[in-house]
This record gives sequence, structure tokens and C-alpha cells, in this order.
Amino acid sequence: MRLPPQPGERLDRGRELEFTFHGAEVRGFEGDSIASALFGEGQRVFSRSFKYHRPRGLLCCQGTCPNCMLAVDSIPNVRTCVTPLTEGARVEAQNFRGSLDHDLLAVTDKIGGPFTPVGFYYRTMIRPRRFWPLYEKFLRSVAGLGKIDKHRGRERRYDVEHRRAEVLVIGAGASGREAARRHAAEGRHVVVVEADPARLDAGEGFEVISGTAIGIYEGGLVPVDAGTVLYRYRAERIVVAAGAVEQPLVFPGNDLVGVVLPEAVRRLVGRWSLRPGARAVVISADDGGLDTVGFLERAGTELAEVVDLRERRVREIAAKGKGGRVEAVSLDGKQIACDLLVMSGGRQPAYALLAHAGAKVNYDHNRGIFLAAELPSGVEAVGAAAGDGISAGIPAATYNGASGKGKCFVCVCEDVTDKDVKRAIAEGFDSIELAKRYTTVTMGPCQGKLCHVPSIRLYARENETDEATIGTTTARPPWQPVELGLLAGRPHEPAQRTSIHHRHKELGAKMMWTGTWRRPHSYGDPAGEAKNTHDALGVIDVSTLGKLLVSGPDAVAFLERLYPNRFADLKTGRIRYGVLNSDAGRIMDDGTIARLAEDDFYVTTTSTGAGAVVEWFEWWNAVWGMDVEIVNVTGALAAVNVAGPNARELMARLTDLDVSSEAFTYLDAKHAHVTGVPSLILRIGFVGELGYEIHFPSPYGEHLLDEILEHGADLGVRPFGLEPQRILRLEKMHILVGQDTDSESNVLEASMPWIAKLDKDDFVGKWSLEHVLERGFREQLVGFETESGVVPDEGGQIVIGGRPGGRVTSARWSDHLGRAIGMAWVPPDLAEEDAELAVKVNGSVEKARVRLRPFFDPDGEHLRM
Amino acid sequence: MSFLLPCPNCGPRPVDEFTCTGEVTVRPQSSPTFRELTDYLYFRRNAAGVQREWWCHRLGCEAWFQAERDTRTNEVLSTEVPAEK
Repeated sequence: MRLPPQPGERLDRGRELEFTFHGAEVRGFEGDSIASALFGEGQRVFSRSFKYHRPRGLLCCQGTCPNCMLAVDSIPNVRTCVTPLTEGARVEAQNFRGSLDHDLLAVTDKIGGPFTPVGFYYRTMIRPRRFWPLYEKFLRSVAGLGKIDKHRGRERRYDVEHRRAEVLVIGAGASGREAARRHAAEGRHVVVVEADPARLDAGEGFEVISGTAIGIYEGGLVPVDAGTVLYRYRAERIVVAAGAVEQPLVFPGNDLVGVVLPEAVRRLVGRWSLRPGARAVVISADDGGLDTVGFLERAGTELAEVVDLRERRVREIAAKGKGGRVEAVSLDGKQIACDLLVMSGGRQPAYALLAHAGAKVNYDHNRGIFLAAELPSGVEAVGAAAGDGISAGIPAATYNGASGKGKCFVCVCEDVTDKDVKRAIAEGFDSIELAKRYTTVTMGPCQGKLCHVPSIRLYARENETDEATIGTTTARPPWQPVELGLLAGRPHEPAQRTSIHHRHKELGAKMMWTGTWRRPHSYGDPAGEAKNTHDALGVIDVSTLGKLLVSGPDAVAFLERLYPNRFADLKTGRIRYGVLNSDAGRIMDDGTIARLAEDDFYVTTTSTGAGAVVEWFEWWNAVWGMDVEIVNVTGALAAVNVAGPNARELMARLTDLDVSSEAFTYLDAKHAHVTGVPSLILRIGFVGELGYEIHFPSPYGEHLLDEILEHGADLGVRPFGLEPQRILRLEKMHILVGQDTDSESNVLEASMPWIAKLDKDDFVGKWSLEHVLERGFREQLVGFETESGVVPDEGGQIVIGGRPGGRVTSARWSDHLGRAIGMAWVPPDLAEEDAELAVKVNGSVEKARVRLRPFFDPDGEHLRM
Repeated sequence: MSFLLPCPNCGPRPVDEFTCTGEVTVRPQSSPTFRELTDYLYFRRNAAGVQREWWCHRLGCEAWFQAERDTRTNEVLSTEVPAEK
């Protein structure tokens, strides 16, 4: 039932919208909010309360209270009074068992009062201890508001947008617009943020955007919730025109359905042409309640009584209801039947955003309100938020708890009654900050908008002091409820793919994550792929390696200082393995360094270390101020490694190079065209067989792999993935930084003492490594093989005298060797060939033998072939 | 932290575009004693006030620079790209 068209009505009566409420088809008009449409369809109970499961109906109609929170299209806790109705919306109530009208959990309201006072869950349900799992299960099932639809969560996408304005005005009310005009007239770029869709009309010289400012952060950062986009506004000047919040009165039954704040009447009648009730009582401590009278008259609501608390002292107010809906109000014992009770406890300036920005909050005794003072520079407050136009009310009259029976709510979000607050005081929670945490007043969805001031007043009254002495609790963002997804932003899981990615998939690769890279784990047969590399020819995509060009007159000196190795004596066209250390002597990364010309080096890093190494190089370059250019070509270049006894023949077919072992020896680097693609070829071998690493422009990735597979077909070429590579490198005892080493490892204890040229004048990490030599080794990285052939878990323990004494870092079964092999950190006295280790495997202890030399081809004959 | 940091190349940018590696330290010139080494590696002034720090505009121009920042207010007094020596 709608009233005849009202002045300023926001409905488009020509456009009816259909939506569902609990599956039933219901209708509203374009311009309705979801809540107003439901109200128009006769719905009065919208939700069940947080703790007592009391029926709740529209209270504020301005997005402040939790009463109209419903699940809309599977999104929980939508404040439907401020959410525009859309065609086909699926709306459901939340927080009940059974039905909204007959909530089984409402029993907590009937019997719970005396048994479930504030903090009951800290005191009860802890004994007997063994029942806790049962209690917990029950508590979890009833805790919280709303349910997350786990299956649909990811359908909603969120984004973050960085924006700037010279002046950001929060609130497009009269004073917000006035401030915007003033700043715009002075030629500034002004943006106004407004949550209420009814106030979005563009202004002269400024833009009005739809959204909610959720806080003011350091550096003038204002995140604005605009639905599925979070605008991160940065403004030189912030104008807070957030208005004031209508305060409720505290009396028994003040949460009954039909007890409303004045704005609810103004909006129901003025915007949506709905009659809020048949017979109304208005009780007001300021003008706010009184000016609803006109609206009620227009709506044809019978006015049973209008009480101005400033003129008439009322000792007792108590609302009575049936089925949770108000039926009558008792004023000093006089019963007045009504189905609508408009209450107004005055208006409190919305100071929270100002407090976020660093303002102080003081109490104004004359008007009974809290006001922000000492605003930080760059922040101003205008209009009601600054206290303008708020007349004196009678704060004392807003509390009428002691007089009546029935629950008297201080906080409707968290179902905290005046008795709970009094009890907290009696239990010794003597500061408002502590009481807040104990009672959870102000910690619900309204974030204190409706309960902060009433709780301070009650606190002051009980402690026989005043509001100024009690003070406020710290205001923290968010000022309005915000979806978690919006704060998390788009669920980015950055995936890096090489230029050969799609060919791998066509070849049947099983992909895996390595850091942010997607790489082939294998092509279905790890052991077979490893064997084929030993016996014939394998090819692996190593485009993920970090690749840097280091050049300039100081390039040699730079690398000499960064790496523990020597580079001055590295000849042009030759390659050296290097390990990067921190000044604390810890291993950071490893890779190869090829000298391309006198002052040009090509440096590779591990796949996951590329970013950190570039940053590390750039930093030391800034520290030392050397004449060196560092260019990161990781993405620009792809790379594949071909390895196996037939690799030479393949390279002979693909290039014009003389690939004989004399002309292109182990650790040579050569430029050549590989099937026409300009490439840098490094003769190195991570996997232990004769191998060539071809680096070339990324766009040729698939082309080059195709050529290799085609020209190598009769040589038995097969692609191999990361898993076979890990078997092959372990056979060679080549370390994986981050797998075999951790943040404590150094090159000496990692059994690579030949890397560190301690006779060099200086290099990063030198002094710490010298100290390691001085103090002696604490542990050492060694190889091992188990006698039984069982493969221990990586991370498994080495047991010494019944205690953990070392750890396994890598372990695999090697088909080629017919043995279970691995690497482990052990005490130095066990770092001897054939020393016996006890390795814990699935609870039992396996015997293993230490190996100090590579398991496969210890003299590197295959590599040098 | 949500303040703006003026990158010497790019101008004021949100601080989360940068990496900070902490106070500018002085690396010993040659063969430090163990005490000098650990002081350099592990001990920081941790000033409540203005300190000189290394910053890198990681999500921007990738330049390393030094900034003088008041650790109490996050006010950045100056920034500087160290000159080549």
C-alpha cells in the first residue's frame, strides 16, 4: 500500500521491479530501497538480533543500525535500507533457526536474560573441560551475523583505484555543498563524496561521487567504498561534512519493532510514500522528533501523543509489545496504544572521521554533545559535524532504564542492555575503554553511532560523574561497515608464464607453481624424462632464470666486490659459477656469470631470486657509486637448456658453430644464430650431462622449442620438467638455494669453500666468512644415500644419540644410480666420507652413509665431454 | 603507514610503492674487529626522530635513494640520489 504521490517522492511508479524474499515473489518500484519495498509489501520484522534473537524492524532507515541487514544475492549483512532495489534481487533474512517469524533461538531472550549476562561465555561453558568441543560447536553455529556463501564468494570482483583531489568533501548535504562551492570558486579541484543516492546531484564547479568515506588515514588518505571499487583518495584538504547522527532514547522495550528514529519517518513517508504506522506516539528530547509530526499527518497516521522532553518531565517510559512489535507505550503509568513510537534523543555530530585524522574530542556541556577540536592542518569540519545547528537537548532525559521492566538496550547491534553496562561497572571495569571491550558496546556494525553516547551517559550516571570525565573511546576506521573483499582488493595471484607456456601444455606438461612462475613439473614421466636426458637428449625451459646485463668501466670491480669469486681473471667468452652473499656471510642466491666483453657481463640468477638480486645489485651500486649499468632482461629473454650425450649433435644441426669440444669447451659462452634466432649459448650443465643453455629473445620461445624437437627427433630428444631436473641436479650434488640452504647458510659450511677467495681485499660477506673460519664450523652440508633405498622426507631429521642433530634438505630416488640419494646438514664431525647417519623416516630410523663427492660423474667427465 | 614519499624521480607517491631497507649504515673500511662487524651488521640507532634511510622505488622507477624521515611523524624532510663517486 502506497500513499498518493508525495512531494519529493523518489519512486518511479511506472517501473515496477520484481524480486524475491525467501523465494516468494515480491514487488517494489524503481527508486525504492530493498527495505522500503519490503516494508511496502507489509514486512515489519527484518531480522533477528545478535544475541537474544529478538525480532527487529526498521529503526534508522539511513544505513546506521543493523536491523535491516539481509543477505542479498548471497552477500551477507547488506544494509537494505540504503541499498537501491534491483530487478530480480534474491533477498533473505539471516540469524535465525526455523523461520524469521518463529526463530527457535529466540529462547535465549526468554530464559537467557539472567543466565547470559555480558561476558557469560568467558565464565560458563568452560567446565567440564572435556565438553568444550561440544560447546564450541554450538557457539560457532550461533555466533556472528549472516553466512558467507563459500561457493559464490569469488564471483564478486573488487578493485582499487588511486585518485587525487585538491579538496575532498565528505558529505553532500547543504554545508558540504557550500564548502565545495567555496573551494571551487577559488579554483581548486573539488570532489564531494556522498553515500545517499538522493543527494548525488552534480554541483557547480565540483563533482559529486557516490560512495562512503570509511576513514581518514595518515597522509590524508581517504578510502571511499563505492560498491565494488575502493577509491583511495588523496587530497590536500579534507572537509568533513558528515552531519550528525540521531540518537535513540534508552528505555525498556526501545528495540521493539515499530520504535523508530525520526529519519525513518521522514524517509518512509517523504521518499517512498509509505505509511509508517497507524497510530503514533512521538517522544523527543530535541526538535528532531517534533518535525516528524508533519510527515505523520501527511501519511494519515493518527497522532496519539507528542511528548517534548524539554518541556515535560517524564519519569517512566516503557514500550510494550506483542510478538516483538510495539503495542503500547507507558508514560508515567499512562498506557497509550500505538504501533509506531518515534523517539529522538538529540543529534550527535559525526566526529569519528575527524578523530581518525587526529582531532581531539571534547564534551560540550551546554548542548550535551561531543565535538571534535584541535583539527589537524588540512582538515576542516563544517555543518552539523562541526556542531552547527545542533540545539541544546536534555541529555539526562534520554535515559529511562531504571524505571521499567523488560530489556532496555544501550546497544542494539550487540544486544547489550543497561544491566550489562551496570554489571561491567560493578565488576570493576572502571574505564570506558575496558568496559567497551568487556561489554562490546560500540563494537557492532553501527560502530558506536547509536550506542557510544548513550553508553557514556549511562557510565557517567552510574559513576556519579559527567560525560567529560568519562571521555570517549578511540575512534578507528572503518566508520561505515565495509565488505572485506573491498579491503582485500582483486584477488591477485600473480602468475608468470614463460613464452613457451602454451607449448608445454600441448606437450602434456603437468604445471606447478615455483614462486610466482608456472613451470612444467614433468610431462607425465619424471623418471623416464631423467633417464632420457642421461641416455639421449633432454630439453628444459629455463626462461624463468633471472638475467641481468652488467656493464660499464667498473663492471669487473663491481662483480669482484659483490661475489666472493674472482672475475678480474675471467676471460672474455668464459663463464664462472657464483654465489651471492650478504655482508653477514649468508647465501642469498647463485647463478652463472659470463664475460661477454671486457666491460660486459651476463649474469643469471635463480628463478625466484631475480627481483631480489636486481634490487641488491642496484643498491650496492648506489652505495658504492660505481660506473656500472644494470639492465634486467629476465622477461626479454627466454632460455632453454639442451642436455644429454646427443646435445652436441643437435647444436651442430641448429647452428653454424664449430661445436667440437676443443672449439666450444665447457664454460664457454658464444653468440650464434640458433635456427636463425640470435642467441647467447652458455655451455654449462646444471643437470650433469653435456649441456648448452640457449638464451634468446622471448618471442621466439615456441619456435625454438619446436625446432629443437623436430631436429632432435632422431636423436631421441624429449622435454623434461622440473622434477626430473631436481633428480638430475641432486645426482650431481648441485645445491638449490632456498631448498638446501636457508637464511643462516654460508658457502663454507655449505661445502663450497672454493667459491670464497678470502685472499681478495674485500667482497660482500668476506669478514663474516672469516669469522666462520675462526669460530669453526657448526654444521656442514653433505650428500647421503640410505642403505635400504628408502627415500626420507625433505625436512626429515638426522638423529644423533636419540636427539635431532641434523636435517635432510633434499632426497630423491635415482633410477640411474639405483639408489636413494639426498643432501643434509650434519654436525662437522659427521661430514666425512662413509660416516654413518641415522635418518628418521616415518617414525623409524634408517641407516645412511655420507657422500662428499657427487653421486654421478664425480669428476665432471660428462660435462666436459 | 599510508604517507606519501617524494621519489626524487617520480615525485610524491604512496609509500607502499617503495621498499625501505632501514637506516643508512657505514660499512667498515677494512678488516673490522668482531665487535665492529656485529655493530655494523646488527646494531641500529633506531632513532625516535630524524633518521637517514635507504629507500627504493620498487614499483616505480626502481631507483635507490636516501631519505631523511622523522620516525615519529613520518614527515620526509629531504630525499637524495647519492652521486657517483
